[in-house]
Amino acid sequence: MFSAEQSCWFVRKVICWRAAASIAWAVLLLPPTTSVFVILGGFSLFHPIQTISECLTLIGSASAMLSLILLCGVILMVGFLNLEYYTVIPTIACSRIALLGQLLHPHQFVNSLAHCIMGVIVAGCCAVIIGGRYETLGYPCTQTDGSPQMCLNEYHLLLLLAGAFVGFSHSLSGVIHNMNYVSFHAVQQYKYLRFKGSLPLVVKCSATQALYSIRNYIVVYLFLGYIPRAWICKTLDLHLNSSVHPLDTVTGLLDLSLFYHLWISATFLLFTWYITLLLFRIFVTEVYSFPVQSSFTDVAIQCLPKVLTDKQPVILKFLALQDLALLSQHSPSRRAEVFSLSQPGGHPHNWNAISKECLSLLADLTQRLVAYHDTVQTNGRAKSLSTGSERKTSSETSVTSGTEDLMSPRPNLLMKTPASVFSRSIVGGPLSPLTAPFTPDLNSPFASPAMRRLTAPAEQCSPWHGSVQSPHIMRRVPKLWSTSTDSQSNGSPPPSPASVLSPKQESSKPSLLALFLQNRKEQVKHFLGKRVLIMYLFNKLPEASSQALFADSQAHIWALEGLSYLVEASFSEDQFGVVQTALPSILSCMLVLQEAVDRHFKLPHASSKPVRSTSSMGESSYKTLRFALRATLKTAIYRITTTFGDHLNAVQMSAEHRKRLQQFLEYKE
Amino acid sequence: MCSLALFPPPLPSGQTTLCESNNQLLSGFNTEDRLKQDSSPLSLYFPRESLKLHSRTESSSKAAFLDHSETLWMRSAAAWRDGGFKGLLNEITNSHTEVPKWLSVSSGCTLALLRRFSSFHGSLFPHLTLSCEDMIAEFSQVLNWSDCVVRAFAWHPHTDKFAVALLDDSIKIYNPKSATTPTLKHRLQKSVVAVQWKPLCASALAVACQNCLLIWHVDPCSLSTRPSSGCAQVLSLPGHSPVASIAWSPNGSLLVSASPVDTAMIVWDVAAESCVELQRVGGGGVTFLSWSPDGSHLLASTPSALFRVWETRMWTCERWPCLKGRCQSGCWSPDGSRLLFTVQGEPVIYSLTFTETPGVTTCTSKGPQAAAVVADLSETTFNTPDGDIIVGGEIQSLAWDPRGERLAVLLKGDPQAAARPPMIAVFKTRTKPIFELLPCGFVQGEPGAEPRLMQFHPNFQHGALLTVCWSNGRITHVPFYFLSAGIPHFGLDGSPSLQRPQERPADYANQSLFTELIS
Repeated sequence: MFSAEQSCWFVRKVICWRAAASIAWAVLLLPPTTSVFVILGGFSLFHPIQTISECLTLIGSASAMLSLILLCGVILMVGFLNLEYYTVIPTIACSRIALLGQLLHPHQFVNSLAHCIMGVIVAGCCAVIIGGRYETLGYPCTQTDGSPQMCLNEYHLLLLLAGAFVGFSHSLSGVIHNMNYVSFHAVQQYKYLRFKGSLPLVVKCSATQALYSIRNYIVVYLFLGYIPRAWICKTLDLHLNSSVHPLDTVTGLLDLSLFYHLWISATFLLFTWYITLLLFRIFVTEVYSFPVQSSFTDVAIQCLPKVLTDKQPVILKFLALQDLALLSQHSPSRRAEVFSLSQPGGHPHNWNAISKECLSLLADLTQRLVAYHDTVQTNGRAKSLSTGSERKTSSETSVTSGTEDLMSPRPNLLMKTPASVFSRSIVGGPLSPLTAPFTPDLNSPFASPAMRRLTAPAEQCSPWHGSVQSPHIMRRVPKLWSTSTDSQSNGSPPPSPASVLSPKQESSKPSLLALFLQNRKEQVKHFLGKRVLIMYLFNKLPEASSQALFADSQAHIWALEGLSYLVEASFSEDQFGVVQTALPSILSCMLVLQEAVDRHFKLPHASSKPVRSTSSMGESSYKTLRFALRATLKTAIYRITTTFGDHLNAVQMSAEHRKRLQQFLEYKE
Repeated sequence: MCSLALFPPPLPSGQTTLCESNNQLLSGFNTEDRLKQDSSPLSLYFPRESLKLHSRTESSSKAAFLDHSETLWMRSAAAWRDGGFKGLLNEITNSHTEVPKWLSVSSGCTLALLRRFSSFHGSLFPHLTLSCEDMIAEFSQVLNWSDCVVRAFAWHPHTDKFAVALLDDSIKIYNPKSATTPTLKHRLQKSVVAVQWKPLCASALAVACQNCLLIWHVDPCSLSTRPSSGCAQVLSLPGHSPVASIAWSPNGSLLVSASPVDTAMIVWDVAAESCVELQRVGGGGVTFLSWSPDGSHLLASTPSALFRVWETRMWTCERWPCLKGRCQSGCWSPDGSRLLFTVQGEPVIYSLTFTETPGVTTCTSKGPQAAAVVADLSETTFNTPDGDIIVGGEIQSLAWDPRGERLAVLLKGDPQAAARPPMIAVFKTRTKPIFELLPCGFVQGEPGAEPRLMQFHPNFQHGALLTVCWSNGRITHVPFYFLSAGIPHFGLDGSPSLQRPQERPADYANQSLFTELIS
């Protein structure tokens, strides 16, 4: 209740206003953008003067005003959708089937539909603005027998459908490229300068994206264009003018001016939407300065130590951590507040709350990494100790591993990704916590057709399916997908390799049933493994699980920075020695995390760098978060060791950690 | 105000500067000096003959082959591949017998137009007409970079190891505590102009190359002498080459790179491989970067008479137009409050102060209104037994020791005149309570060796340690032993015994060159 109330104040007072401001700016930018579009859309190479005079009259006309109002409405809608769908923790699909699941999700369907409709509206406005042969949907014509009737203007229809297509592909590429992910920059800049700096990129992106979309659209229209045309003719009672050449032919579409107008309209559409998105990102990631402490109780819940501990909304936690990292770096006066003691009592409440929250974040990441590593390792061990029925080469296993989890009959097991073990919450996102990026859960409506078809044979093949629902058999399944089982999701520590092994030997005794089941499973697996399409869909994307593991690592990076800068500053600024009490735990926490991160980077695919793509509006910074975390962690430890130097020898620490720390003191890491 | 007249005269030929002790520079003769230097593990010698250099450039091999007649299409494709759009136009214009008349004429016109435009652009920013190598040499902090055996040098900010970039495009890392000296080579590592170690990290070394930035991760515990190119991270951006200067932020999180042809300065988040371009109109490029030791400001000079001082919290900048030429070099005081810089064509050192009022949350610090001249290093003639030596003139680079007590100035000299050699002049400085500048002396090497590059050791215990790279490929270290005024020292072992200040034999050291008046 308490946190709900708090999230309320932040979303209500800050996020909504920021979104509103961004939308307002996007609407204000619409008239200049539209004028540029008017000039470009009506441009003719041989009559430049005429073009400009025509444009000026057009800008003043009533139809232009009307379309401008419609466009404003679209921008408002786009801004609202941005606010509704944005997330600071990206959703990472670990296999193609999971990505497909995301694309077919009802929520995404609503999004796509909205974008389609908005695309049609924008394209209609574009048609009115360009004028000429595009202006109206119907026009009076005479049939061959001489009777007057309304005919369909296919140019107008082509443009409208182009808008719908571009809108749809925009929403699809938004899912694939995580366009709703809002990333935070390492460099702070004023909003105007950031906007100015990103503007060329937006222009370039929208132009290239529009080019690709229109190319695809033309191909689609060439083959399927007759369907919507016939439908429109039928519903609106329009006729096809037989004297005009139809457009869904090669000769009809080989029209340079038509292509130019389609492209410029698509560019305009994408540009206005990208601008709205860009402004939203800039406004929402702006630094928010939380008070460190306050003497008023109603403001107290808005103070940094309180806000940091909130789980919801995630944007609040992220902004609080960002503020912590910045204040610890730049602001001595606010640092002094962190180090201060409470007035009656003399307790360092601020420091305690902040350090505790940061340490718990880091410990959480460490635990996640260890659990992931253990699952990967247990997996290998289980395979080597497996019974005869499971005798396969490792390469085979890795190839077919994708299907295994789906084959295993465990409808009541909660399959969870490492990322979703951590309480992932997407603001406004309808994805239930069970809808893990690895495996779309079986109950969800969108995934069921594909999944049920696949799971059905397994269930039919095992008539005793219900009776052998023992967890031991479940554990036998090699977990190359490295999902953690329900034991972890319930909060209990991950099963140690020993505890996994002992039930295995037990279960191999009543093996008649199990063997049968295993054989069946193998057969199905082999059968499915040979199907190329299924392999393609279910194969794990390389390094995706690593990305998913570090999806929210921006928070950890700030926590590390904040802690290390505060500890560094405490060397000279901390009058009461409040930091010293936490120094051993901070150091050991960082060293344990360092060890876990080092171990993780030894796994295959973990240290392979993704391809850098600069020309896309989709943020790809989440792909490199793990490298950023590794570098920040090392720098943070070095910052503490460089500041304290040999004084660290006086800190209580285990021998192993001391050895590790000595490496840092000698600059040998 | 002719400051150099107060300096002690340069050493007679054959003597080299050894160290500073008891407030005076000690010198020694060459033979004993060499013995001493050869015993020291950190003094290095790279004779030019030992380096395998590229004998000829790749494009020149074309002349060795017979002319072979290809079809126009093939030639056009080759021209497009080799020379881009301009090459294609050139090819079409030259083969006017084969192409239609209108095509050759129009391409000739386009070519002429392009040339006009580029010459106009070049007249606005003359440095753009230079070739890549010449541009690097022009803007490098190293004196006579293209002919220098040691092209770049960097001390590690925390330990006693350093990286040396050589003429043959290799980088060697020396560590007195380790027997291995890793040699770094990479396909893209060409014409290295600057190297810098990442602060608060043991292994990362940033290298500014002709076409890209390389970040080497050299494991200090590794025994390998040739780390593979897989250890290097390549950062490049179209239009951002050659990279002329790099600077790590002192807290080790960001790396800034600059190119004289790119008006944008790039701030890299190296681990995440993401970058932010900081674009400002004017100047025509960025040539030299220097981050203040406290991390709050960044000096960025441009090829024209303008430099900028960036405030690194919100990344806004102050423009500083110069009167005469571009800002050649600059250095910051240890607390980041004072910037010393030099301007091309003027033999003076300017000073700017930045006062950041503590506790104020506004991000722009109110800077000063004008720069003050703190030293005049115009040419001065010294009478030495070997004849008159003229010292002074234009300044190539500045280096300030991390405690703010010694300032080394590399004077360009005149390469044509033998009597005007390049010279390192060292000043004693004090930043608190008031800024003071006192003469210390000249640092000289072996006869015939000219200083090319210098850098102070970032954490020398007993004072300051100046590392100088000489034109003959030798790297020497000149220690300045002194007790820091700011920090009280108790029982410094290893430093030479102190003597009374009044025992100083010469009185010129007492004369202050510049003392700031407290207003």
